[in-house]
Amino acid sequence: MQEIKIFHAAIKDIPAMALKIKAENKKIIGHLCSYTPEEIIHAAGFHPFRLFSSKSDIVLAENHLQAYCCSLVRGVLEDSLSGKLDFIDGTVFPHTCDSIQRLSDIWRMNKKYGFFADVILPVKLNTDSARTYMIDVLTKFKKEVETAAETKITDDDLNASIKTFNLIRKNLSAIYALQSQKPGIIKGSDLYALVKGSMIMDKNEVADLLPLIADNLEKMDTPETEGKRIVVSGSICDSPDIYTAIEDAGGIVVGDDLCTGQRWFDGEIDEKNTNPVNAIADRLMTRIICPAKHKGTTLRGENIVSLAKENRADGVIFILLKFCDPHAFDYPWLKDFLEKEGIKTMLIEIDDQQQSSGQLSTRFETFIHMI
Amino acid sequence: MQDKSSDKSAEKRKIKSAKIMREIMTTYYLDALTAGQNSKQVAWITSGGPVEPLVAMDIIPVYPENHSAMIGASKMGEDLCSKAEDMGYSSDLCSYARADISCSIVKGGPLGGLPKPDMLICCNNICGTVLKWYEIQARLYKVPLFILDTPVCHTQYSPEIAKYVQAQVKEYIIFLEKITKRDFDYDRMVKVGKLAVEAQKLWKKILNTTANKPSPMSAFDAFFFLALIVTLRGTQTAVDFYTKLLEEMEQRIKEDISIIPDEKYRLLWDNLPLWYQLKWLSNKFSDHNACLVADTYTTAWCSALNYTDENDFLNSIAQAYTRIYLNIGIDQMADQVLDMIKFYDVDGFIMHSNRSCKPYSFGQMDIMKIVQEKAKIPVLMIEADMVDPRSFSQSQVETRIDAFMEIIKQRSN
Ligand code: SF4
Ligand code: SF4
Repeated sequence: MQEIKIFHAAIKDIPAMALKIKAENKKIIGHLCSYTPEEIIHAAGFHPFRLFSSKSDIVLAENHLQAYCCSLVRGVLEDSLSGKLDFIDGTVFPHTCDSIQRLSDIWRMNKKYGFFADVILPVKLNTDSARTYMIDVLTKFKKEVETAAETKITDDDLNASIKTFNLIRKNLSAIYALQSQKPGIIKGSDLYALVKGSMIMDKNEVADLLPLIADNLEKMDTPETEGKRIVVSGSICDSPDIYTAIEDAGGIVVGDDLCTGQRWFDGEIDEKNTNPVNAIADRLMTRIICPAKHKGTTLRGENIVSLAKENRADGVIFILLKFCDPHAFDYPWLKDFLEKEGIKTMLIEIDDQQQSSGQLSTRFETFIHMI
Repeated sequence: MQDKSSDKSAEKRKIKSAKIMREIMTTYYLDALTAGQNSKQVAWITSGGPVEPLVAMDIIPVYPENHSAMIGASKMGEDLCSKAEDMGYSSDLCSYARADISCSIVKGGPLGGLPKPDMLICCNNICGTVLKWYEIQARLYKVPLFILDTPVCHTQYSPEIAKYVQAQVKEYIIFLEKITKRDFDYDRMVKVGKLAVEAQKLWKKILNTTANKPSPMSAFDAFFFLALIVTLRGTQTAVDFYTKLLEEMEQRIKEDISIIPDEKYRLLWDNLPLWYQLKWLSNKFSDHNACLVADTYTTAWCSALNYTDENDFLNSIAQAYTRIYLNIGIDQMADQVLDMIKFYDVDGFIMHSNRSCKPYSFGQMDIMKIVQEKAKIPVLMIEADMVDPRSFSQSQVETRIDAFMEIIKQRSN
């Protein structure tokens, strides 16, 4: 599909794509978390841009972060220090995990880009006081962005951005649902490109393209190819090869619980809410939860079980980044929850830097044959 | 064999209060272990959590982190950590958490496991690890979990943060009332608050005695004496004990009794200790005539003092517990380190790059650079872990300490 190619092209040469955005006189604001209130950045006329590591060798970041820090955090810092991110005009750090917390300090102390903001969101997402705090933090962030953009973000501006993002979310959800209904209708690497592309490309362009893709997929028949239905779970999976390796091993990814997947586009913002900041806060409080946040002690387990069931998964593959604490703490009990329901699981620990999927292939094959 | 006179001087150098402290801790753990029989409730709480309301409600606080440190010190860390790995927990996770999680299942460790909690109190001012760890224990023990969410003060304690944490302090009280089915005792809270402040003031004075040359105690002693300020803060027992300990230190200074025989060099330590290697490490330094006079870890238990109002304790908890050492930006941490370097007049800075504790260890390299530039003293970074000895290479660390001490000796000549 031609539209999908645009996404592939964008993620293949990210700096080139960024320059295109800059040419439109837009400032690029980098961020590292699916909880970033992108609508606020977008409403100020800035371009919210999810940072990924270019996977260069770690050289300069060695002077700031020990080897037992996750490869995403080290990789992105490396890119920053080596000048690979010089196209960004600012950075936003929502509080995520301990590693991001310190990355934010190091980043701020390096004073590389014009705009810098810590958006210290609540960790608890299940109390009234946390919701009030969430709204307070977003309101404050809105002011900071307004100052940086030298503009006032009106409710209309925000509502327009909310609409755009909702459209993106709705269509990505639809595409995922179609893949689950008609497995194999879209290649894993294409799905990956759509989500990653949506996180970095011009939002209006994305909002235009995704519905076309969804429409096309809607019209397509279920492909003949058979495969075991797989749900993947983890932090980020920034490697198309992993998707391909799963397919080569006889699996089809029919759903995910990933930062670079459903966790980013889950849940729409209520467009009828007359207070757009509150509406943004409410989505952040209710969308599918990340392990660095808290909402009861069993919710993630229930989520992964229902995700697996709804998508009639034959198995769940946990793809965790090495040294990622929040996910590593959740893995043993999520696995238990799934296995109690008779759903088989496998775990792979990867390094964001590592690109070869050779070894993984054999492990995927063994697992997929077994389920 | 040592001769009689050095035996004698070693005896003189021993800190007498250590014995009393051991007795107090034994009594405390016995009380905790028999809580059920005495129809008392037990709360597990994180080391940075506000314990005072528990004390005011007669709930026995138990600290899994302190217990994990004991596991480390009794060299049971490797076994328990690897058992957690067998349960699926990555070896890259905090070894306090790993040791405690597996101990809850296998009932191992020096005490045969901690008393079962009636509730869990988790304050995330130290790390995100405790959140995940307490969620695990809440599922295992099926008990209520209260989370005090203290947003990180990268650059400031903002009005939004203040409002949020203050609201949660109220929720905390309501939570305790619900679980105990008793009204909160505000009068008792006032007394407990005063005792907590008093104990922290004493603790600070005790730590400050090491500014004396030679130092009457070392950071190794502080690691040991820390247990009370953590576990029994808010009680008369802690105040009485630290009053005596302070007297002992002052007496030692008067009599010129130093903790190491011939103190020539003074060092500052960063991060948690290596619980399983305290003795070796302390001998290692003293062989070089170096005394670890202070550390950032035990000092963290007086940092709340800056923001605590002893006459309005409950209302000052929010700020005091949010603005602690680990919950601030690296640049502010570096400032505190620089202050300590000056106050204790140290010749070198040793940083334990601790695989277990990411919020403490990431940023150390930046702090190191700041210290080198501003304080112009040598800095050594050693890689290890506080409880799990598998990440520690004795020979490597030994060589590095020897080389580091050479530099310090040359500089002072
Ligand atoms: S992968 Fe894990 S450790 Fe790394 S930034 Fe994400 S949540 Fe943090
Ligand atoms: S050692 Fe560090 S990571 Fe572990 S519980 Fe303590 S503060 Fe948290």
